[in-house]
Amino acid sequence: MSILGKLSWSAIPIHEPEAMAASGLMIAGVIAVLLWTTARGYWPYLWREWLTSVDHKRIGVMYCVLALLMLLRGFIDAIMMRAQQAFAAGSSQGYLPPGHFDQIFSAHGTIMIFFMAMPFMIGLMNFAVPLQLGARDVAFPTLNSVSLWLTASGILLTNISLVIGEFAKTGWVAYPPLSELKFSPGVGVDYYLWSLQISGIGTLMTGINFVTTILKLRAPGMRYMRMPVFCWTALATNLLIVAAFPVLTATFAMLLLDRYLGFHFFTVDGQGNMMMYVNLFWVWGHPEVYILVLPAFGVFSEVIATFSGKPLFGYRSMVAATMAICILSFMVWLHHFFTMGASADVNGFFGIMSMIIAVPTGVKLFNWLFTMYGGRVRFTVSILWSLGFMVTFAIGGMTGVLLAVPPADFQLHNSLFLIAHFHNTIIGGVFFGAMAGYNYWFPKAFGFRLEERWGAGAFWCWLVGFYLAFMPLYVLGLMGMTRRMQHYDDLNWQPLLIVAAVGALVIMAGIGCIVVQLVVSIRTRELRRDTTGDPWNGRTLEWSTSSPPPPWNYALLPHVKGIDAFWAMKQQAPGEQAAHVQTAGYAPIEMPKNSATGFVTAFFAVITGFALIWHIWWMAGLGVFGALVTLLVFAWRDQDEIEIPAGELARIDRSYRAEAAT
Amino acid sequence: MIDACAGKSARTAAGRMARLLGRSSVALTVALSVGACADGVLDPHGPIAFDERTILFNSLGIMLAIVIPTILATLAVAFWFRAANTRARYMPDFQYSGRIEMMVWSIPAMTVLLLGSLCWVGAHDLDPPKPITSAVKPLTVQVVSLDWKWLFIYPEQGIASVNTLTIPAATPISFELTSSGVMNSFFVPQLAGQIYTMGAMTTRLQLLASEPGSYEGRSANFSGSGFSDMYFFVHAVPPDQFTAWVAETKGAGPTLDQESYDELVKPSQAVAPFTYGSVSPGLFETLVSSAMPPDGSFCAMRSD
Repeated sequence: MSILGKLSWSAIPIHEPEAMAASGLMIAGVIAVLLWTTARGYWPYLWREWLTSVDHKRIGVMYCVLALLMLLRGFIDAIMMRAQQAFAAGSSQGYLPPGHFDQIFSAHGTIMIFFMAMPFMIGLMNFAVPLQLGARDVAFPTLNSVSLWLTASGILLTNISLVIGEFAKTGWVAYPPLSELKFSPGVGVDYYLWSLQISGIGTLMTGINFVTTILKLRAPGMRYMRMPVFCWTALATNLLIVAAFPVLTATFAMLLLDRYLGFHFFTVDGQGNMMMYVNLFWVWGHPEVYILVLPAFGVFSEVIATFSGKPLFGYRSMVAATMAICILSFMVWLHHFFTMGASADVNGFFGIMSMIIAVPTGVKLFNWLFTMYGGRVRFTVSILWSLGFMVTFAIGGMTGVLLAVPPADFQLHNSLFLIAHFHNTIIGGVFFGAMAGYNYWFPKAFGFRLEERWGAGAFWCWLVGFYLAFMPLYVLGLMGMTRRMQHYDDLNWQPLLIVAAVGALVIMAGIGCIVVQLVVSIRTRELRRDTTGDPWNGRTLEWSTSSPPPPWNYALLPHVKGIDAFWAMKQQAPGEQAAHVQTAGYAPIEMPKNSATGFVTAFFAVITGFALIWHIWWMAGLGVFGALVTLLVFAWRDQDEIEIPAGELARIDRSYRAEAAT
Repeated sequence: MIDACAGKSARTAAGRMARLLGRSSVALTVALSVGACADGVLDPHGPIAFDERTILFNSLGIMLAIVIPTILATLAVAFWFRAANTRARYMPDFQYSGRIEMMVWSIPAMTVLLLGSLCWVGAHDLDPPKPITSAVKPLTVQVVSLDWKWLFIYPEQGIASVNTLTIPAATPISFELTSSGVMNSFFVPQLAGQIYTMGAMTTRLQLLASEPGSYEGRSANFSGSGFSDMYFFVHAVPPDQFTAWVAETKGAGPTLDQESYDELVKPSQAVAPFTYGSVSPGLFETLVSSAMPPDGSFCAMRSD
């Protein structure tokens, strides 16, 4: 074996024009951004203020930026698939050969789940949870930065596969034995596995960080039953992460042992059992669904209450429903493979459990409805996404319960009906939630509101595009069309697939609107300044500080006396509020210093991952060694905090309050 | 009606209501597939597929009864309580009502109670290996999914076919399924729901074609680059024609033994259908057990 392991010039897909065009475009884009940053001299600023930042708000923003970039990448995959299936009917093979088409649907699923939906939700939690709790940061700020950068490492490795080598051709679930060395000898599955192992470690650390933060860092008086519902959903999500992600890591580790060291965990021969992988994968996989959607439920709870001018209806029910979902989500995994041939008792049990989980979800839907009841609903962009969600998710939930009935699932499993269902919940639930949260918290993060008309345009394009793209897939599923088909013979399917492709184009217009909305908002930001820190007449603590908040969030930690703490404060007489501020004593605050640990660790993680994928053992050793040294340097640091003097705190805080008052 | 599953569940009041709601939803679902020639799941040609469609419609009907009003109420409430509507009453402190809480928990709970019983009964009535009651003796067919084609062995007749399946109509067919390697899913939507084929394991499926006809079957679980061409037609023919077909096939064409199987198992795609005139006995059993240790101590996920 050569010094570069399996890596050689043949790894560059020169003979595949689409792949070369895609990677050329990507490389050109990356180079353009790097050059622009260099030319404008932004590197010192970027390094100091962002790349080495351990501020949870900045980390949250960077997670969301990553997610939006990966939305573009994942969407390009999506529209290529829709185009392929719109053409490849009858004798036509379309424009994508099977090997390429298979990589695209595998990359689409992997990227959208792990690198779009997850970072978006984690980004929103990063940004909002400490603010809502009245905390100054998360429990472990540097660890938080490491988590972010490990996620970025996974993203980078996945995207490198576009240029060097190939991605998995197994689907995003990578079921063995197809993903075993015997049937997938290339590096595609290794890219998949190592990308997700590395980013998975980051996710697990996020989980630990946020569970600790929510349990230990709440402001004085912020009892559990006074926490905003978004914090509750964040708690549930992070408990799920802590419980579920190690299962995924262990499962992938076993598959890696099969692939690298000739083990037989999931092989056909040597007493391996591939269904063990399928079980373990979904023991992680179903909680993962709720890891994604619970924070979105939290966002909707905040948005609907705020823009209805009312407290959330049935707070206790919402908390109970959230925690019920958190526990039940571990008891339904088998519904992903009723067709395995388990006994009727097993299938019946998991079917019923899957339906039971719909009860707390239904409760939430009704409670949002009653939150609007008797309110004054302001139709902002966030509320549009929320209403679109309530309607769309009701349909997606219904088709999900349909799939939970084993005999119905025997007919619908692996069909386009299933594809339509989970896009119905992930787009209609998670993505709509991400967009509601993005529009809702943007002014808090940057100090100015997003433009409303382009925002509404984005919403309507996504909504219409979603229905055009996925309702035909429900029908196609009922017509017997299964998923992952590079071409098909039944010409009856083609018209509906063309409609679906048109839907994808409408969604593309929606993505265009999101981009334009951002650009227009930045250009006209002076018109949309939020000087009060409370642009929406909010209810929770994050609106009680300036927009953007100072690095320490709160110069004076708020004292919480009930649910919707900020709303209660605003109900007090103005004089009473002012008196509280004037007389309060500012005390110096210790703030964590910036740290390059996350960035450097991630650099070595990419090296290690790449080396392991290509069997370049010396380089893998070097990467692990580098990461270890980084950890030691961090552990032996002398000083990791700087003190903000009381005088400076007082000056900044008073000037914000004076401005907000005018 | 012909509806065996809902027929049984109708013993409970829940089942009765389910059936009622299901009927009303049939029209709606059919309307969903406008312009499309309704084949596949919506056009069953056997009792199993028919009952599966029925349970699908019943469940859908029950849920639509809740979901449609909820969607309408959501839109109506949001519209009526819009900030600009001065006639809507503003109740800024309305955040709890025991009665409403009771309702929001019990509506989904009752629905799930109803659906759960439907699910439990359905899972047992339509358990794939459950024998179909019929006066006619079932025909056994052994199925092996290969890269990327289907092998059908008729052990009693001593013949086999690739990428084509001929069965007698109105006769229960008892399938035993396995895979040569990669997992696939055997799926003939118009006759019955799918079941996985897995290496070193056997799954079972029963189905029956009510009338003669040609029904498309395919793999529903992605298995690699030849996956899209992994389809076949099930030719259901009158029983006497089936007997004639067996006689015609027997002795004609190649022999399926270990040697020709090893040749067949090599990856190939879009293979034109053909038949084997004879099959060496016990081949299927050898395929399943070859990956197991000799003492048989390894217990497959479900080796019944």
